[in-house]
Amino acid sequence: MKPADAPVDKSRRAFLAGSGFMVSFALFGSWRALAGETNTLGATILAPDLPGDLKIDPILDSWIKIDAQGVTVCSGKVELGTGVRTALWQIAADQLAMPLDKFKFVTADTALTPDEGYTAGSHSMADGGTAIYHAAIQVRQMLLEAAAAKLGVPTKSLMLRDGIILSGDGRQMTYEEAAQGVNLHQQAKSVSPQGDPSAYRYIGHSIPRVDIPAKVTGGTAYVQDLRLDGMLHARVVRPPNASAQLKEIDTRAIETMRGVVKVVRDGNFLAVLAEHEWEAIQAMRALRERAQWQLTQTYPTNDTIHAVLKTLPERLYVTTRENNGPVKQVLSNASAASISAPASPTRSLAMTKQYVLHGSIGPSCAVAVFRNDMLTVWTHSQGVFPLRAGIAELLGLPKENVRCIHAEGAGCYGHNGADDAACDAAVLAYRTPNRPVRVQWMRDQEAGWEPLGPAMLTEINAVTDAHGKLQSWHHALWSTPHNSRIVNAGRLIPATLLAHPAAPASPAPIPQPEGDADRNAVPLYRIPSVRVDMHFVTDMPFRTSAMRSLGAYINVTTIEGMMDDLAEQFGEDPVAYRLQHLDDPRARDVIQRAANRFGWNLATPLPEGHGIGFAFSQYKNLMGYCAIALEVKLDKAARSVRIVRVVAAVDCGQIVSPDGLTNQIEGGIVQSSSWTLYEQALVGENGVQSVDWSSYPIARFPHIPAAIEVELIDRPGAPFLGAAEIAQAPTAAALINAIKRVVGWRPLHLPVARQDSPIFA
Amino acid sequence: MINLNVNGQTQPLEVTPETPLLYALRDHLKLNGAKYGCGMGQCGACTVLVDGRPVFSCLFPVSSVGTREVRTLESLGTTERPGPLQQAFIDHQAVQCGYCIAGMIMRAQALLEQVARPTEQQIREHMAPNLCRCGTHKRILAAIRQVADKGQRLNAGALKERA
Repeated sequence: MKPADAPVDKSRRAFLAGSGFMVSFALFGSWRALAGETNTLGATILAPDLPGDLKIDPILDSWIKIDAQGVTVCSGKVELGTGVRTALWQIAADQLAMPLDKFKFVTADTALTPDEGYTAGSHSMADGGTAIYHAAIQVRQMLLEAAAAKLGVPTKSLMLRDGIILSGDGRQMTYEEAAQGVNLHQQAKSVSPQGDPSAYRYIGHSIPRVDIPAKVTGGTAYVQDLRLDGMLHARVVRPPNASAQLKEIDTRAIETMRGVVKVVRDGNFLAVLAEHEWEAIQAMRALRERAQWQLTQTYPTNDTIHAVLKTLPERLYVTTRENNGPVKQVLSNASAASISAPASPTRSLAMTKQYVLHGSIGPSCAVAVFRNDMLTVWTHSQGVFPLRAGIAELLGLPKENVRCIHAEGAGCYGHNGADDAACDAAVLAYRTPNRPVRVQWMRDQEAGWEPLGPAMLTEINAVTDAHGKLQSWHHALWSTPHNSRIVNAGRLIPATLLAHPAAPASPAPIPQPEGDADRNAVPLYRIPSVRVDMHFVTDMPFRTSAMRSLGAYINVTTIEGMMDDLAEQFGEDPVAYRLQHLDDPRARDVIQRAANRFGWNLATPLPEGHGIGFAFSQYKNLMGYCAIALEVKLDKAARSVRIVRVVAAVDCGQIVSPDGLTNQIEGGIVQSSSWTLYEQALVGENGVQSVDWSSYPIARFPHIPAAIEVELIDRPGAPFLGAAEIAQAPTAAALINAIKRVVGWRPLHLPVARQDSPIFA
Repeated sequence: MINLNVNGQTQPLEVTPETPLLYALRDHLKLNGAKYGCGMGQCGACTVLVDGRPVFSCLFPVSSVGTREVRTLESLGTTERPGPLQQAFIDHQAVQCGYCIAGMIMRAQALLEQVARPTEQQIREHMAPNLCRCGTHKRILAAIRQVADKGQRLNAGALKERA
């Protein structure tokens, strides 16, 4: 699609194998990016002064292409089930002044779209949406000017209607006609023409999602639904844990099973390909029964993991904020033992979190075909470009000979098995030329081999004056990485299993202010002295990576628990106490709106077993604001906690799709309450023991909150801030705060409502 | 060779008797509706109707179907002409990733064909076998209620009329 003389060399965005994400140890007072830096989603900054992801692909026709067939808008972001595809489409439609159905919208394909790195971190609207917002209106303006010249009239005299340029004298011109002779292959400008929000037909309106009709009628909607001619069905057999070594295995009996085409063994990598899916499953089972593994390592258990985390090799990252100024982060040379907590804290609070599963309902899947030296992979990866680089490195292919195309999978909520399954498909298709190969993981493989959401410990010591006003704050936390994304081949599981394995790149955290395990560890509250010690544990007992909200989930739960406890200690209302420590008017606004709508009043008598809780955070201290108020009912006899009612107030800047935003917040509340009440991956000496929904129970319909109310605060003209992860942390925090009011003590170990929980004692 | 009556048509299939219905539907009949989720009857993504009753097709061998009618999501309507329950899911935008939704709709369809106006608790209990990871439950319940509140049982024969 891109002309051969393209001035932007996409290879410049290549990942530096083994380097991990670039971490710069500098002042973070502003988070302005520098040219050549890699952003937190793995894409390279080329034009730091442009808005959104125009920074990483500044050329207009990377985003908007116009030819005789019409207008095509391209996005490197992918639909993960959040509705972002429709929201981005809405932005393009209004800024191009075209109806939604009058142009094509293409997402995440290494051959067609800009490289926007990963679709993650609630960045899609903020970065991808902003890029399209500006690119589309700049292109529109260029078309208007070209049409004016062609028609011989002033630009201002032209009108736009439904993708047609109208002249006052009755003449009209299509965008395709206007675009003839216009060079869109040029760099975007840093300032765009002003749009007219009053003319928006899509932005700010709840447009029905474009993907839903196919999903509710059995259309081809997912990578799982792809059926290519001559396609083989593959199943992998994974080791019982990451340390296991495959001893000899006789595969002859498997190779003669009905439908089996071949068995692949390469080191610890084991797979079978068959004509039909059920045949592949039966062969996989037979193969698994014959496979003998040598276990070479024992693992920490759920009971020991938190003590173990404090003993493993680590790097210490220290973040400070003095006098409510800019946040600074340094990699410290100090030994962990030399760190001391404040001498006499007013209060201390320590919490733990267990490993959690992303727990996609559909286990990972991919389809790949190797034909005419070209490897094509259909994948539900969050990042088709980094995946392509990893696969190309592993197979020794030039990147140009690998194409990764996004096709939807089930919701992932972060880095799950998608990339690894795509790599499985790539490895198998590469060895089976001309026949498409579909790999579908089984449930136990998804549970056992997806990167886990990390187990963590947090410890906060806070100092106040005699009246409860916060003076200093020290937050220490321990965690393995929240970001083991695909920066080299070795980050792909199949690459680690081969006889000649690739080694994973060494871990590197996402730096502040976005943060990794220390995401949101710096409170937004006014505190003269803040220090966060992130004990970044580099030796992972279990592979861990990004899961919706990263460390913010437990950091905010601990911070908001501390705020509640301090309010109680000083006889303050917890909402008022928060407001006393907040200057940001938008933060104050969501808190007041949530409290008012909920009818927050601790003096209101509640039925026996009921309690209310409140919490707030601004995601990463720079994205969406979310305040949550909720009421729980705890039934000791039934050993259950139910949310009776929950109110959320959110501010994500200018709202593109009010209903889409509401849907994300509702979902975040339900998912976070499931994590907080029930979820922990069972781990034991032999590795991950959760293999299904029985050994990893999550919330079911009877557990769902009776009422969820979402109050949206729209900020027309303000930057898009992203929404998908903002409810996770405050929901958990409000839930724990409410449970504390019922039982009279603070539960410190997540999850809190499993059957053996002390809250039911 | 096994004859299966799926969505009103009886078709001969080259499958072994123990093959779970799910794979006959997806792999041999190329129907997308039923989804693989767990293979153990724990999540409901594969839910289809056999003689009007919801079953986990991932566990249900084709040999156990006999002459009974199997109905999948595809039987309820098309993208152009969605059935009433499908339309209710669109109206409420009761989807996030949507992977569980086919199973949700089929399980709800079974209830709404049997019970004219189920209560909230009846709906929640009936839907308990099906998991949603995105947290779309509230909208799924609202979509089901939209149909339930019409107070008329859904027509199990809609398929035949359509055909």
